[in-house]
Amino acid sequence: MMLQAAPDPLLRVENLVVEYAVGGKTVHAVSDVSIEIARGETLGLVGESGCGKSTLGRAVLQLRPAVSGKVLFDGHDLTTMQGEALRRMRRRVQLIFQDPIASLNPRRRIGDIVAEPLVISGVKDPGRRSQLVHDVLSAVGLDPALVIGRLPHEFSGGQCQRICIARALVLNPDFVICDEPVSALDVSIRAQILNLLEEMKARYGLTLLFIAHDLAVVKAVSDRVAVMYLGRLCEVGPSEQLFARPAHPYTALLIDAIPVPDPDIRPAETVPVGEPPSPIAPPSGCRFRTRCPRADARCANEVPELRAVAPGQFAACHHPLV
Amino acid sequence: MSSGVLLSVEDVVVDLPTPRGNLRAVDHVDLAVGAGRTLGIVGESGCGKTMLSRAILQLLPRKARPSGRVMFDGQDLLRLPAEKLRRLRGRSLAVVFQDPMTSLNPVLTIGTQLIETIREHLELDLAEARQRGVDLLAAVGIPAPEQRLEQYPHQLSGGMRQRVAIAIALSCEPKLLIADEPTTALDVTIQAQILDLLAREQRRRHMAMIIITHDLGVVAGRTDEVAVMYAGRVVERAPTSALFKQMRMPYTEALLAALPKLDAAPHTPLPAISGRPPDPTRPLKGCSFAPRCRYAAGRCNTEKPSLSRAETPGHLYACFHPIETGAGAVA
Ligand SMILES: Nc1ncnc2c1ncn2[C@@H]1O[C@H](COP(=O)(O)OP(=O)(O)OP(=O)(O)O)[C@@H](O)[C@H]1O
Ligand SMILES: Nc1ncnc2c1ncn2[C@@H]1O[C@H](COP(=O)(O)OP(=O)(O)O)[C@@H](O)[C@H]1O
Ligand code: SF4
Ligand code: SF4
Ligand SMILES: [Mg+2]
Ligand SMILES: [Mg+2]
Repeated sequence: MMLQAAPDPLLRVENLVVEYAVGGKTVHAVSDVSIEIARGETLGLVGESGCGKSTLGRAVLQLRPAVSGKVLFDGHDLTTMQGEALRRMRRRVQLIFQDPIASLNPRRRIGDIVAEPLVISGVKDPGRRSQLVHDVLSAVGLDPALVIGRLPHEFSGGQCQRICIARALVLNPDFVICDEPVSALDVSIRAQILNLLEEMKARYGLTLLFIAHDLAVVKAVSDRVAVMYLGRLCEVGPSEQLFARPAHPYTALLIDAIPVPDPDIRPAETVPVGEPPSPIAPPSGCRFRTRCPRADARCANEVPELRAVAPGQFAACHHPLV
Repeated sequence: MSSGVLLSVEDVVVDLPTPRGNLRAVDHVDLAVGAGRTLGIVGESGCGKTMLSRAILQLLPRKARPSGRVMFDGQDLLRLPAEKLRRLRGRSLAVVFQDPMTSLNPVLTIGTQLIETIREHLELDLAEARQRGVDLLAAVGIPAPEQRLEQYPHQLSGGMRQRVAIAIALSCEPKLLIADEPTTALDVTIQAQILDLLAREQRRRHMAMIIITHDLGVVAGRTDEVAVMYAGRVVERAPTSALFKQMRMPYTEALLAALPKLDAAPHTPLPAISGRPPDPTRPLKGCSFAPRCRYAAGRCNTEKPSLSRAETPGHLYACFHPIETGAGAVA
């Protein structure tokens, strides 16, 4: 099943499988995932901890080899590329991590950290480098004169995330994978960074894969949302439609789990019970069945395929809600 | 609520000496929690929530200089001898931290830690303590509790570890449980389960609880009263329903507005609070929120507003230009 986002998507992942070997056992981190991202689109990717979101992001960047499947970036299959050709492609794809402080080298000055991708990609003229660093720091709302000479520990979590965003944008990439960029930030700084990402997207003409475990955050910035559970895609669809009419029981439960700042709305009692099973031995059939209120015998025997449930909306469920 | 005040925090100040000068982490805070009630403390990172809870628990950094009174069950915790405090902390006063590893020992099994805590405070023999441990693990939603007793903390997921930390905190039937951002590090689904678990155990045990968080969504459906902190001070305090019906303090309103709304269309810019809280070693002369406040005017920059009463009973706020009642300023 191809989830066509546009005739000429920037990224197209086909039947991607990624596994880890742990103590003689296999962790099924990403199992047969196919997804497309259109040029200029933001695709949100949500799911609980350990469901394979970061692994998918790393596999797109070829930081983790795939067992099988293709990653087509702008028409080129990254999984078969090597050496200089791969490096040139990868320059167009950047990654922003969840823990902004940990992802900055504590002993290097901010100016050098942000300039590093330029050095690696062979921008030799120091004047040109410092001009680009200056521009990108201003773009993310930092005063270059005040920050370039300082070390990461002198900055708050929110400011470190601005620095990480600057580092990701300095090469003027086409595609940015944001792996939980705001999960470590508190409410007010989170809003600042989400707004900044939106501004940067417009300014640099970016396409984004936005990973998070909080559906409310994902909805705020995404055109479409993909929901992942234990290595598989459960549902994909336009953000508003997915929220208004979730088809997969897991999507519905994720929506119910969002804390609503209104004391008249009592927290739902329908949140999924327990924790996801181990990805070393995922349940047969539908992987969500051990926590699903609608599960029946068929769910244990047959893997549900993604099927269209509404225009642009696809769900992998034998008994969808819509 | 006046009947049966269990904890009252009176004019508590916590000063921390730092190389940059004195850092006032908690600045003249007054709070009260009734027996069996739940108080939410909300505010951005660094506003003093943890230092306040540590002042209540008397678990402050060694260099901290606290003052004021923390009356718990008729005794002033700030002036209690160390030995008495230690006994009180395991028994009547329990805590759950953001990072469960703060309270778990990585080299001991779950069972050893749980059973030791139980036996330290309750007169039970080993078999009874073990049974109680198993019951507690089951109560906090841990499957196969007997087997879990043999496991080490690193063998559990973050959510499971937090459940174990809660089981240990509940093991001696405390009168007050302080949960400092118990779910900030967890998934939304696990967060909802842990908050439900805390609420259920609280009702069942008629225990008082303080939930500390930076997310107003977390306190909305789950507390009786909310205190909003900013730059070490309580800047608004009210019964939860009154607060959400009518926020008076611009900071509270701004915190709520900054949350992504489920009913807003994607790409709607969020009304973020610009800038950051002031440097706590450089206190401002006027209202600490003034540099970020869209209502700031007149004496906001020169005078500190004190916590005063609103028309609604139990509602207090510290602001010269409070949001008008009926304005319903938040969307
Ligand atoms: N280097 C590794 N070696 C072995 N197993 C791994 C490795 N990295 C990830 N895993 C496992 O693969 C699965 C998917 O992990 P991944 O980090 O992709 O999840 P995630 O959805 O990003 O989770 P989180 O929300 O916690 O970041 C998990 O079971 C994880 O424990
Ligand atoms: N051990 C410490 N030494 C010095 N300053 C500290 C220490 N712990 C916290 N602080 C400072 O005290 C203030 C309040 O911190 P904290 O209570 O942890 O805030 P919160 O829990 O609201 O995030 C902050 O300015 C913080 O940097
Ligand atoms: S396929 Fe079955 S178990 Fe899976 S989500 Fe649908 S109803 Fe639930
Ligand atoms: S006192 Fe002034 S600056 Fe402070 S919150 Fe009120 S209006 Fe804003
Ligand atoms: Mg991850
Ligand atoms: Mg804290």
